[in-house]
Amino acid sequence: MRKFIKYSFSDLVRSYWTIIYFLFFAIISSAILYFSADMTKSIVSIMNVVIVLIPLVSIIFSTIYYYNSREFTELLLAQPIKRSSLILGQYTGLALSLSLSFLAGVSIPFIAGGILASEHFLDFLLILLAGTCLSFSMSAIAYMTALRHENKILGFGISLFIWFFLAVLYDGLIMLLLVLFREYPTNSLAIVMTLLNPIDLSRVSIMLGLDISALMGYTGAVFLKFFGTMRGLPISLLSMLLWILVPAYFMVRIANKKDF
Amino acid sequence: MIEIRELNKHYNRNHVLKDISLDIREPGIYAILGPNGSGKTTLLKSIIGLVIPDNGSINVCGTKVSDTHLYRKEVSYLPQIARFPDNLRVFELIKLIKEIRNTEADESDLLKLFHLEPELKKRLRNLSGGTRQKVNMVLGFLFDTPLVILDEPTVSLDPVALGKFKKIISDKKQQGKIILYTTHIMSLVEEFSDKIILLLDGKIIFKGGLKEILDESGEKSLENAISQLVETNGQKGSIRG
Amino acid sequence: MPSVNMNRLFYILILLMSPLQGHSTLLEVGSDKDFRTIMEAVGLAGKGDTILIHSGLYREGSIDIRTPMVILGIDDPVIDGESTYEIMRIYADSVTVKGITFKDVGISYVEDRSAIRLIKSKHSVVESNKLVNAFFGIYLEHCRDILVRDNTIQGNARMESNSGNAIHLWYCKEIQIEGNYAEGHRDGIYLEFVDNSVVKDNTIKNNLRYGLHFMFSDNDLYLNNRFEHNGAGVAVMFSKYIQMEQNDFINNWGSSAYGLLLKEITDSEISNNRFTRNTTGIYAEGVNRTNIHHNDFSRNGWALNILGSCSDINVHGNNFLYNSFDVSTNSSRNYNTYDGNFWSDNTNAYDLDRDGVSDVPYRPVKLFSYMIGYMQSSTILMRSLLVDLVNYAEKVAPVITPHNLIDNKPLMRRIEHDRDSGIK
Repeated sequence: MRKFIKYSFSDLVRSYWTIIYFLFFAIISSAILYFSADMTKSIVSIMNVVIVLIPLVSIIFSTIYYYNSREFTELLLAQPIKRSSLILGQYTGLALSLSLSFLAGVSIPFIAGGILASEHFLDFLLILLAGTCLSFSMSAIAYMTALRHENKILGFGISLFIWFFLAVLYDGLIMLLLVLFREYPTNSLAIVMTLLNPIDLSRVSIMLGLDISALMGYTGAVFLKFFGTMRGLPISLLSMLLWILVPAYFMVRIANKKDF
Repeated sequence: MIEIRELNKHYNRNHVLKDISLDIREPGIYAILGPNGSGKTTLLKSIIGLVIPDNGSINVCGTKVSDTHLYRKEVSYLPQIARFPDNLRVFELIKLIKEIRNTEADESDLLKLFHLEPELKKRLRNLSGGTRQKVNMVLGFLFDTPLVILDEPTVSLDPVALGKFKKIISDKKQQGKIILYTTHIMSLVEEFSDKIILLLDGKIIFKGGLKEILDESGEKSLENAISQLVETNGQKGSIRG
Repeated sequence: MPSVNMNRLFYILILLMSPLQGHSTLLEVGSDKDFRTIMEAVGLAGKGDTILIHSGLYREGSIDIRTPMVILGIDDPVIDGESTYEIMRIYADSVTVKGITFKDVGISYVEDRSAIRLIKSKHSVVESNKLVNAFFGIYLEHCRDILVRDNTIQGNARMESNSGNAIHLWYCKEIQIEGNYAEGHRDGIYLEFVDNSVVKDNTIKNNLRYGLHFMFSDNDLYLNNRFEHNGAGVAVMFSKYIQMEQNDFINNWGSSAYGLLLKEITDSEISNNRFTRNTTGIYAEGVNRTNIHHNDFSRNGWALNILGSCSDINVHGNNFLYNSFDVSTNSSRNYNTYDGNFWSDNTNAYDLDRDGVSDVPYRPVKLFSYMIGYMQSSTILMRSLLVDLVNYAEKVAPVITPHNLIDNKPLMRRIEHDRDSGIK
């Protein structure tokens, strides 16, 4: 598997798209820092970019990468290797290069902008962690979907729908459920629903640092207690990890049964 | 060397391979022919393990294909379309394949043969289609395996490269290898195929030498012989169906 | 030890001054002095006499002062209420109590026992004392012209029901409360029916209920105090003509925690304060004719929560910086004005004529704040794309939020007040 991580990473790291993705983050971070001239605002802005765009770009990029490397994948699979190690290797290399573009693109301007000495340093680390997890998780979902569907349009469509669902519709669903069950205590429902969506989970984890004052209101304190303490942290991390491992597992399963 | 027993494959409702049984033991050059969609590529891919059959068995070099990937050490495969990672360089690609197969091989003769030395440091996305096909050839012929599988190998080769390709194939034959390939170019088949396997609608309708197929059909050229066989069998098929 | 030297100096000063006062006498209390107990000295002291209490631990139950006098602690004497008594009661005018540690006042559910109680006293001074573990700290009833300065009052209250206030004023006038430190009580400073008084330079921390609590008190000023991490910073209720200036309201967190809670207030002025990281910066209910200007609201949950019962509140020239919500209200009508503030959330601002004022007005109320009011658990959706979209839609076409709750002259740049909020 290491060989495949190495090849797909070294292929991708030199691709235009990776460089464009890196530059995108570098430019947007610099612009945010330049125009807000204030670290709190910059952190809020970069958080929005991270939780909305990383999933979207990861999905698009992974889908394109899979379909583009389809023939080469075939050639590699004709070699004496296991399917799972090739597919997981390609995926890991892909997720690594996405994460690296993001981490470097955001960190360089923010470090230059003085994040290390800022009160928001921890929030920033959390954003980096969330962005990396989202890159891994969403590219796994996209890779799995592309493997499942040979039809590019269909594969793309499904992946984009998954993004739209997790980024927007899901929150609408939460809102709807909270309204419907308004008469009942809905805090646990809200917590569980959040854990089940990697984008929401990232958003809420980062939000804790930014809106702590508001969250100290009664209900908020419940969320703060769950997501902000040692009790909730392992659960959050576990849920995030599952959002990477479960698609990866299905990726291997689909690949093993697939006709190339 | 290759033993196929009652192989079936569906793509959704499309029955692509129907009860195919085939034995290939003698060294030599085997051409798999048939109209588009007759199952040629699927058959090759089943042998190489890219396609997973519904039922039936395939043995290659005494190993059951569905059991392990290790038998592929004995197989070289040249896919129809040559597409490689855009940003790797040619020498990196060769190195990668050697690493993956964990086998030593000397590519210098092949590189010289196809005049690829000046391209070694170029990125693969900067190569022309023909050059890419030559790289594909190098990868396909790099390893000394008893079984060589080629899917439409001559599609984008220029006449000079084609000549070289033919030479490699006959060399391999001399070395006692089995070469299995698909093609639509009848002249190529006439020129150096020992055996012809003719597929139609997922079935083998003919297997034998060049002379036998001409005799059986009563035609003078291979092309006519094949179309005649396809037509008669197609009618039978349609009557039966 | 500078404090000792100060006390010595004061002592010498008194000695020098005493001949001028004619008949003023000096009574000294201590283990090797003329008087062994404070009670004895107090009993013998005449009008204007000075009692010096030297260091030591005094356990004398409750001490009543009925004559104008000066009581000075030398080298930190401690008077112990043995968790039973009210320690000192002052019934006379012109009494000074200074430099003494009072500890362990008895807790009672019936009477408000305190470390120092002044009853109908005038022109008295309570200064530089240390109160430890007092039920009530300094208690003033029916007093006038009293100075309460530089006292440190430290309690360890755990429940509101069995705790008292650090400084408690009831029916008083012209009181100065300055430079005190109050911690661990129910309210830090409590004023009920207190007029024309000044509360300034105090630090009030970690009290269960309010840092500063006004009830039915008019014409008061509180200035340059620091209210940190109390149940609520300051509660001002049923009062008028209150000036609130240059205070810090910090980290007042909790479900009903406010930097400043206003209830039934009229004709008041809230200016140049800093509200930082409170769950709610200012909560206003039934407030009329009040100006809120030149304050910094930084990183609060809700900067302003102005209920529909308020009118003629004029919010102008403030900085609203990175609050989760800048303004929220429970009503679809608005009778207040919000012009000329800086809003850090106002990303659509532009200024073509370069007059420092955005050419487009700004609506500081987000629909989402209504949603949270409607069902609290929807807090979990804060900062989601969906909520941003909903807020945006409401801003473009207000349906639920008051259409005239709008800043017509939002500033392009943050206002540099004379005091910087320090938030970057």
